[in-house]
Amino acid sequence: MWNSIPRIPLGDWVEALIDFLVNNFSIVTKTFSNITDAGVTWIESSMFALPPWLFIIIVALLAWFTTKRKGVTVFTVVGLLFIWNINLWEPAISTVALVIVATLIAIIIGVPIGIFSALYEMVYKIVTPILDFMQTLPAFVYLIPAISFFGLGKVPAIFATVIFSVPPTIRLTALGIKQVPGDLIECADAFGSNKPQKLFKLQLPLAKTTIMAGINQTVMLALSMVVIAAMIGAKGLGSEVWRAIQRLQPGKGFEAGIGIVIVAIILDRILQSITDKKKQ
Amino acid sequence: MGDKVKIQIKNVSKVFGDHPERAIDLLNEGYTKDEIMEKTKLAVGVAQATFDVYEGEIVVVMGLSGSGKSTLVRCINRLIEPTAGEIIIDGTNVLDLDEKELRKFRQKYFGMVFQHFALFPHWSVLRNTSYGLEIQGVDKAEREEKAMRALELVGLKGWEENLPSQLSGGMQQRVGLARALALDPEVLLMDEAFSALDPLIRSDMQDELINLQEKMKKTILFISHDLDEALKLGDRIVLMKDGAIVQIGTPEEILTNPADDYVRKFVEDVDSSKVLTAESVMKKSEAVAYLKSDGPRSALRKMRRNNLASLFVVDDKHKVVGILNVRDVARNVNKGKDVISDIIDKEITQVHLDTPAHDLFNLMENSKYPLAVVDDEKHLKGVIVRGSLISMLSKQGVTDVE
Repeated sequence: MWNSIPRIPLGDWVEALIDFLVNNFSIVTKTFSNITDAGVTWIESSMFALPPWLFIIIVALLAWFTTKRKGVTVFTVVGLLFIWNINLWEPAISTVALVIVATLIAIIIGVPIGIFSALYEMVYKIVTPILDFMQTLPAFVYLIPAISFFGLGKVPAIFATVIFSVPPTIRLTALGIKQVPGDLIECADAFGSNKPQKLFKLQLPLAKTTIMAGINQTVMLALSMVVIAAMIGAKGLGSEVWRAIQRLQPGKGFEAGIGIVIVAIILDRILQSITDKKKQ
Repeated sequence: MGDKVKIQIKNVSKVFGDHPERAIDLLNEGYTKDEIMEKTKLAVGVAQATFDVYEGEIVVVMGLSGSGKSTLVRCINRLIEPTAGEIIIDGTNVLDLDEKELRKFRQKYFGMVFQHFALFPHWSVLRNTSYGLEIQGVDKAEREEKAMRALELVGLKGWEENLPSQLSGGMQQRVGLARALALDPEVLLMDEAFSALDPLIRSDMQDELINLQEKMKKTILFISHDLDEALKLGDRIVLMKDGAIVQIGTPEEILTNPADDYVRKFVEDVDSSKVLTAESVMKKSEAVAYLKSDGPRSALRKMRRNNLASLFVVDDKHKVVGILNVRDVARNVNKGKDVISDIIDKEITQVHLDTPAHDLFNLMENSKYPLAVVDDEKHLKGVIVRGSLISMLSKQGVTDVE
């Protein structure tokens, strides 16, 4: 009885859909591809233009002025010097550039979606299951359509990274706006505010901390994607790890892994201090 | 208080739940909130509220929590959409306005003060105060000037650069009040505005509102669950229970003449002598002697007929001249005199209509005659005799009369 039901060709449908998208939306994918590629290349090359020592000083100053903590500043200097020392400077910069671009795209997409899903119950009901789906589907699975759309290289890596890392930004933007106390909203209404006034004068300013926390998580998720992204051709610390796996070089792999951790800690501390400052 | 009706609330009902129209029919048939809940699972927030608010008066809507008072006030500016009824303000039915018109109407007509202040925590006191003007697009210099004036009015000059969190509760609510006043609104809606403050501050704020109101003459709708507050502030009080209005009246009417047990219970705790005035305890004096026309005989007849031992004498403008004692009148009758002018005792005590009943005891103690109650023009309006004063107060359950 069970066997007599024909197999549902879910896989075929997905492939047909992706083929359809590839064939008919190549303008969209090409535009995305060109813009992203140009963005990453520009950021990468401008960071490469700085000598490493100057770059380290700049980041250290940034860490000091945002966190006001000696420990974080010292860690930033020592960590970056260490990365430079073990010849991982270039991959580290590539990784940071990729994370920056992916995060920017995630913010551009995620914050408006978050706002809309906070303001309109319907959007929230549609978006929430999609986010759950995106976060539980193994990251490897959407590497494949990424390749179909963009081939190999940086752009599909960023595409996959954005999909993987955008949910926290959307969720926490929506949460931040929904958490604005009801009596403040009522007050804004009572004085005759329209929706944009409410959004920009009240809801977004009060949600800022929560949104920043979401962006911080997005950055961390983007960093965690770098090894997977390396499998489809993104350069950087991830590709160092990936190469070490293929060549069975545990030492090399460990070094690159430590590099990722150092970058992650520095980014996290700086972003967190920006978030906390908003809270005060 | 003018006689012009500012707000007409006609048959306003609010029902929460799906298809609330069902409950409206039941309300029309006379079912109560609880019965409707049982029948339809719909919650009636406000049931067929009808009353007028006159220009320049303070109406206090009072009731326990859940009585629908906050819902009713939010229906007036449609923060909550009424299910049925009409709300007419200066000839405009608020329920007919579309979204954009409603926003404009709110900007022009309503200043609202909230129980928990509802100040924007990320803005300075000054910017909070000028919020209403800011969203109307008033330019910065003008709105800050108006906001400063409002802050001055509530005694917060010098605090304009602070954040709300740096202010005490009482001061925060002053900012809330200033924010509403800065707009110079037609109507002030105050939702339990002083309930979150501690008692001393609350009393100060009430006094201040009364002072401000003397200057501003705004139409104010004040929500409260506190009868003392309602009695103190309200020109009239609207008492609500289970969404319906139980009684509407002046503080004295509510105290002296509670509409039902619910109101009576509310009123029981209040020290009536604080709120009752000479006017509410006096006897309208029907019998007086006219200086020009009455002689001793007619005066004596009036006293006998009304069972009085003394009779106030008024002149042709109805001003009190003095009082006649029954013994002196009888003596003049016996002597065959035709005038009363020689026996008028001028040592009488006059009290104004608004004199608190509290103060009447002492005056009564020091006077051998009844008290003459007069209005601003010294016209005789009524008489207070010892017996009636005490019986009136004891009816109100006042035990500790000093």
